Amino acid sequence: MMRATLVPLASGTIFGAGLTIGGMTDPARVRGFLDLFGAWDPTLAFVMGGAVLVMALAWAVQRRMQRPAFAEGFSLPDRNDLTPRLVGGSALFGVGWGIAGLCPGPGFAALAIAPVSAAIFVAAMLAGMLLVRLMEGRG
Amino acid sequence: MTSFELGLAGFPDAAPLPGLIGGLLIGLAAALMLLGAGRIAGVSGIAARAFGLADSSLPRLGAWAFVIGLPLGAFLVMSQTDAPTPGFASPVVLVIAGLIVGIGTRIGSGCTSGHGVCGMSRLSQRSLVAVATFMITGFATVAVMNALSITVLP
Repeated sequence: MMRATLVPLASGTIFGAGLTIGGMTDPARVRGFLDLFGAWDPTLAFVMGGAVLVMALAWAVQRRMQRPAFAEGFSLPDRNDLTPRLVGGSALFGVGWGIAGLCPGPGFAALAIAPVSAAIFVAAMLAGMLLVRLMEGRG
Repeated sequence: MTSFELGLAGFPDAAPLPGLIGGLLIGLAAALMLLGAGRIAGVSGIAARAFGLADSSLPRLGAWAFVIGLPLGAFLVMSQTDAPTPGFASPVVLVIAGLIVGIGTRIGSGCTSGHGVCGMSRLSQRSLVAVATFMITGFATVAVMNALSITVLP
C-alpha cells in the first residue's frame, strides 16, 4: 500500500517541478511555442526533447526488466491501430491546448501557482472527461 | 530563476536551459513511474482514473498521489524563486479550453505527457500520430486567434 502510493507521489512531484522549471506552467510560454507563424518561442521543444531523451533510455531499461521495481508487473498500452477517434480526439485536444495554453499536467501543477484559474480549467477539463464517459454509456 | 536564463540567438523570449532541465526532470518522473510502478505517466489518464472517470488497473490511491504531486512539485519550485506569477486566461476562456481538452484527451487516449513524453520515446505509432495531430491543431488555433486579433492572456 505504502509503495503503491509513494512511487506515484514522487513521480508526480518531480513531474510538477519539471513542468514549472521548464516554464510549462506559464500559458504565455506554451502559446509562444504554438505561435509558429509569429513570435515563436522554442522553449517547449527543449522541454519535450529533454523528457523524451530520458524516457528513451528508460524504455531501453524496461525491455530488460522482468517486472517493475515496486509493483507486480508492467501494465502498458499495447495498441497499434490508428483510428478516427485517436486523430479526432487529439485534434480537439490541440485546439483546447492552443486556446488557453494549458494541457492537463500544467493545469494541475498550476493549482499551486494561480489556484483560482487552474481550478476553473481543471474542473472544466474533468467535466469534459465526464461528458465523454456519459456519452459512451459507462457513466 | 533569472540567474540561469540562457539566451538563444534569434529567440529573445526562449529559455532553453531551464526548458531542458525541466524536461530532464519530467523524463525522470516518467521513468520512475515506468520502471518503479510499471505504468505510463500520462496525466489525462491518471487524472481520469483518480476522479473515477476512467477504468484502469492503476490503484485509485496511486492515481491520487500522482495528481497531488503535480501542484506539490510546482509549489516546491515556486517557493525557491521570486519569479512573477504567470498570467492566465479569463474564466470563460478557461472553461471553454478545459472542456475541449477534457473531451479531446479522453477520445484521443492521451495528452502531451502520455502520447508526447511516454509514447514518442517508445516510437509508438499511435502516439506519433497523436502528437503530430495536436501540434498541428495547436499551431492552427493560435494562428487563427492571432489573425482574428483574439487575445486571451493578460
